[in-house]
Formats: sequence, structure tokens, C-alpha cells
Amino acid sequence: MSAGILQARTPAEMFLASTFDHSKAKLPGTDRVAKWREDSFKVFNASGLPHRRMEAWHYTDLRVLMRNALPIAAAPSAPIVDAFSKEFSAARFPNQRIVLIDGFFVPELSGDLPEGITVRSLASVLTEGRTEYIALLSSQDSATGNAIVALNAALMQDGVVIEVAPQATIAEPLHLIHVTASPAAHFTRSALLVGAGASLRLAETAYPSRYAGQANACLVISLGDGASLAHTAMVTGSAADGMRLETMMARVKTRAKFDSFALISGIGLVRRQVFLKFEGREANASLTGVSLLGGREHADTALQIEHAAQGCVSRETFKYILDEEATGVFQGMIRVAPDAQKTDGKMLSKAILLSDRAVMNNKPELEIFADDVACGHGATCGGLDSEQLFYLQTRGLPLREAEALLLEAFAGELIDSIGQRELIDAFRLKVRAWLSARHKTMTAPADVTL
Amino acid sequence: MLEVKNLTVSVSGRKILDDLNLTVRDGEVAALMGPNGSGKSTLSYVIAGRKDYTVESGDIVLNGESLLNLDPDVRGAKGLFLAFQYPVEIPGVATLTFLKAALNAQRKRRGEEELSTPDFMRRVKATSAKLKISQDMLKRALNAGFSGGEKKRMDILQMALLEPSFAILDETDSGLDIDALRLVAEGVNAQRAPSRGFLVITHYQRLLDYVVPDTVHVMAKGRIVRSGGKELALELEKSGYRDYSEEAAVA
Repeated sequence: MSAGILQARTPAEMFLASTFDHSKAKLPGTDRVAKWREDSFKVFNASGLPHRRMEAWHYTDLRVLMRNALPIAAAPSAPIVDAFSKEFSAARFPNQRIVLIDGFFVPELSGDLPEGITVRSLASVLTEGRTEYIALLSSQDSATGNAIVALNAALMQDGVVIEVAPQATIAEPLHLIHVTASPAAHFTRSALLVGAGASLRLAETAYPSRYAGQANACLVISLGDGASLAHTAMVTGSAADGMRLETMMARVKTRAKFDSFALISGIGLVRRQVFLKFEGREANASLTGVSLLGGREHADTALQIEHAAQGCVSRETFKYILDEEATGVFQGMIRVAPDAQKTDGKMLSKAILLSDRAVMNNKPELEIFADDVACGHGATCGGLDSEQLFYLQTRGLPLREAEALLLEAFAGELIDSIGQRELIDAFRLKVRAWLSARHKTMTAPADVTL
Repeated sequence: MLEVKNLTVSVSGRKILDDLNLTVRDGEVAALMGPNGSGKSTLSYVIAGRKDYTVESGDIVLNGESLLNLDPDVRGAKGLFLAFQYPVEIPGVATLTFLKAALNAQRKRRGEEELSTPDFMRRVKATSAKLKISQDMLKRALNAGFSGGEKKRMDILQMALLEPSFAILDETDSGLDIDALRLVAEGVNAQRAPSRGFLVITHYQRLLDYVVPDTVHVMAKGRIVRSGGKELALELEKSGYRDYSEEAAVA
């Protein structure tokens, strides 16, 4: 490698390179894992941080946006684990939970898991060289070459491998709780294998933290024949300088069903990538999300949906509420392979801009190589409807309250489709908190039901 | 009492209301009739506080207080209500949540205590039964997917709950079949009170058979061109609006 290229490195890139050099001997894994890490770092190093001249990163120039890289997190100390243990037991936390602190699996904090679920730490899987899991963890499909996914593989410290036994039906949601306990960078790779005919609801949550942190998290999902997964993610924080790079790579087999909803809010920079591949016939997937952005927050949702089998249905609907100087990005690609006939794919992005300085970038794409398909995409951008606002105002609602009612309805449509009461309430509460923070003195009207 | 004094209003430089004067006393039901484009709906929007219009001169006074510089929600809290010609569909906003929020926002602004949910529900149930508004309608999103008649009844329900001192009904009869019209008219009549004035905007005599007005005003080209008793509406039904349009043009 020539010195010229090295000189062009940003401080963040140089810091990441030195982090890799210093950490690689200590990172968990067999020699084969070490080789995988080396190869992955080469992939990252070849391109460096993704930038605007790379099409997939045109609207999210990490080379500019990521000013610095934080030191890699250490495993949580005993006092930290102890402190959280007290906090969790006081806070009536859901018992069916898996807890990661700074990306490290902490079994002591995790609750009782029902029969049919097995959890292993990523570190143990890598150290023991469990090839059956490593093969899955490293199967990146169309994410191959993605610099952020490669960086994750190079530096992955820990995570969890969750297995749901075939035919197991897990009634209550399994909570995956991410705790940020230090101002550090964490690299997490997790896998979720839902066996044939099994069903699970996985609820990912970011535990409120005063630390921003920089997270690079990958979740590899494999759904067996007829399996069902309902996934929700609270991608939230309270730090303008926080950064979260998140990648979900899912493979869906015959007649499996996959629903995923994510709420993004309160983190300075978010890039959420979803790579979804239909590998079996007549499977069904729905990806939805809401981004509530203010200040100078930047959130990018980038989807790649690969229809590689016949008769699968995919629905993607993403909504953005953008205030102040926030930037929203939606990029979605539906690719239909030549033999994926009878594919039904629809993608939609809707944005409400509440400020003249907010920006929304939409890039929906379709690549269709089969001839008997129904695919479409749409994108809308605009302000709130003035007719609706006026109607609500004439009934006595102050403008800000009328706005909040309409905005909650806008986001609520997708939230309600989660279909589980406690989770719906938790997400709605987040939306209300965001709206009332925006309106300061405003209190959102309480629900009234018959 | 509502007083519209020498009101001149324009939209992008075009005059819509031209030195209009109209007074409706407490307890009075005034009908406002006139051809299409005479400015009737504009008048109702301007009174309710819609921002897209420029008030060039004049004043709108409710119970002795000028409304001109007040936001629509403040006008509502001061006792003004507008039943829309086309009530707006608001998907995702639960009807009951909205009704309670509106009622309590007005009470809060007037310095009154907020209604508890049981008190609120009692009022809603009593009033909605009279208007034949089903529980199912109340459970749905506000006006979303409602028929024309359902939307109008929902507006009348809101009027009954908010108990305004002055209500404007903008073509409340449009799009209603005869049964729905009767139901809506009964809802309006139930609200008639010595302390409450109404301005009923309509093209047709039909509504006025059910909601019998005390006075009738004819509007053309942005002004009131003739006023009279309820017999004036019957006369218009026979003669049409042609005379008044020309009269306004000459004036």
C-alpha cells in the first residue's frame, strides 16, 4: 500500500487501524476466526470509511460525519454489572431478557429463558470454533464488501447466538437489551436462528444511558421453513454525538414470516442497513420503521431485499418526522431474481418536514429480472395538512397540540401494526415523549377507549 | 351576539367579501343564502380564523370581543363553533381521544376544571345516542371512512359537547338524504337556546323546513343584499338567485 493513500486517511480511519492492530491478538476466536478478521479488515481498509462517492453511501458520508473513533470498549467490570443488577431488579424489568453491556453478553443480568431457547455468547462460539454457527455468522450475502459489516467482523468482541428449537412457540417476547455503560466503541455480532415451524417475538431495546458511545452491531437472522419472527427495535438514545451503525442480515426460508419494526430517535448519527433474502417459496416479510429526528440528527435506513424464490411477498414502509436541521435518508432496493416469479414487493417512504432546514433524501430502486411480478415503490415528502390542522384548531386544540395529534397518528399507524399491546404502548410513549419535548409545555392527550 | 362590521376580505388580491355587515343576536337563528361563489363559505372560514384570507378592513365581534387577532382555537374557547361543509378526515386520531382533548383544551383555556373520563363518557354517550351515532363510529378514527351523513352528525355531536355560544353551520344539509337531514336538524334544534345564536348557511329552502330561521339574509358578490324573515327563503325557492346577483352587480 502506498504512502500516498495512507496520508489521505482520516483521523477516525487511522484510529480504527491502530485499534485493530492493538486488539486483534486479544479478540476472541480460533486461528480461522483470526484469518476472517484479517481478511475483513483488509476489505474495510481498501475503501476506508464509506463516503459520498460510493453510491450506497451517497447521502451518508461517514468519512465526513464520523469525526473521531472512540477506543474499543472493555468488558464490563464487576461493580458495573453489580450496579445494573440492582437497577434492573428495582425497575420491574421483563424477566425474559438477554442483556448486553457495551456489546458484551452478561448472563448474570439476563433472566430466565423458557424451554426452546438456547443462548450462547459470541465469544464462546468463536473461541470454541463452532463451525456450524461461524458459517452462519459469516454468511453476509449481498452485504459482502460493505465496509461497516467488514469492520464489524474484524473487531467483533461479543454478542449472542440465540437459537429457537424447531416447532417451539415462545409466547412472551424475548427482550434483547443493549446497555451503553462507557463512552466507547462497541462491535457486536449476534445471530438468531429460528428453527422450522418455531415462532418468536424479539424486542430489542436501548437502555437509557448518559453515554453516547459508538456502536457497530450486526444481527444475522435465519428463519427456517414455516418459522415466524416478529422483531422490534428501539434504536434510541439521548446523545447528539452518539453513533449507531446497525446491520441486519436475514435469510428467510419457505413459508416463513418475518416482521420487523424499528424506531430511530435521539442518536446523532444512525445508519441502519437491512439485507433480506428470500431463499424459500411463499415467504412473507414486512419491514417498517419510524424515524423521529431533530437537531442535527442524521438517520439513514438502507434496505436490500433479494427475492430469490417464487411467490414471496415483501412490504417496506418507512416514515420520517424531521424537525430543525435533521436529515433523513431512505434507500431501498428490491431485487427480483429471474426465477422468482409471482413476487409481490412494495416499498413506501413518507416524510413530514416540520422545518425549512430539514432534509429528506429518498432513493427507492427496483431491479426486476423475472417477468411475472407485482412490484412498486413510492415516496412522499411534505408538511402537515393545513385543512386537518385548521379543523382541529377550530375545536379548541392549540396549534402545537393539533400538530402533535397528527404526528402521533402518522407514526402510530406503523406502531399499531406491531400487534402486541405492551410493545405498542412502549413505542407510543416514546413518540409522545419526543413530541412533548418538541412542544415543551404541551401534554399529549390521553387515550380514551370505550 | 355575533357582529360582522364592514368586513372586507381578499385572497391573493381578489376581493371576496366587500364591506359586509351582519348581526345575529343571542337566541336567533339566521339563515344565510346566496348563489355559488357569493362568499358564504369564505365568511364562515374568516369568522373561524382561517389564515389563508386577508382581512382588509372591518371587524368580527363575538359577545362584545373582537376575534380578528385570535387564533382559531382561542375563538373556539370563546364560544365559536363551525360545522364544516366538508368535515375533515383525520386517520389515526381516535374520535374519543380527540373529543376529550378538544373539550378539555377549551375548558383549560377558560380556566375551568378538566372533565374526568367517566364524566366525559357520560356526556358522549347521552349525546351520541340522540344523534344515532353508534359505539362503532366512536371507536373509529375521526371521520375516517365516514359517510357524508356520519361526518355531519359527528360535527353536530362536537357542537353539542362543546356547547358554543355561537355556531355556524356551513351547508350542513349538503350531501344528506332526507332521513339524515332530519336527524341533523333535530340535533341542531335541540341546541337552540336563548343564549345561543346560529348562522345557518344553505343554498336551499329544504333545511329551513326543519331548522326554522328567525331571519334570512341573501348574500351576493361578497355582501348582504337583502334581509328579511323566514318567508324570504320561500320566495327565493321560487325566484332563484338571479335577481340578487344582478342587483349586487349594479350596486
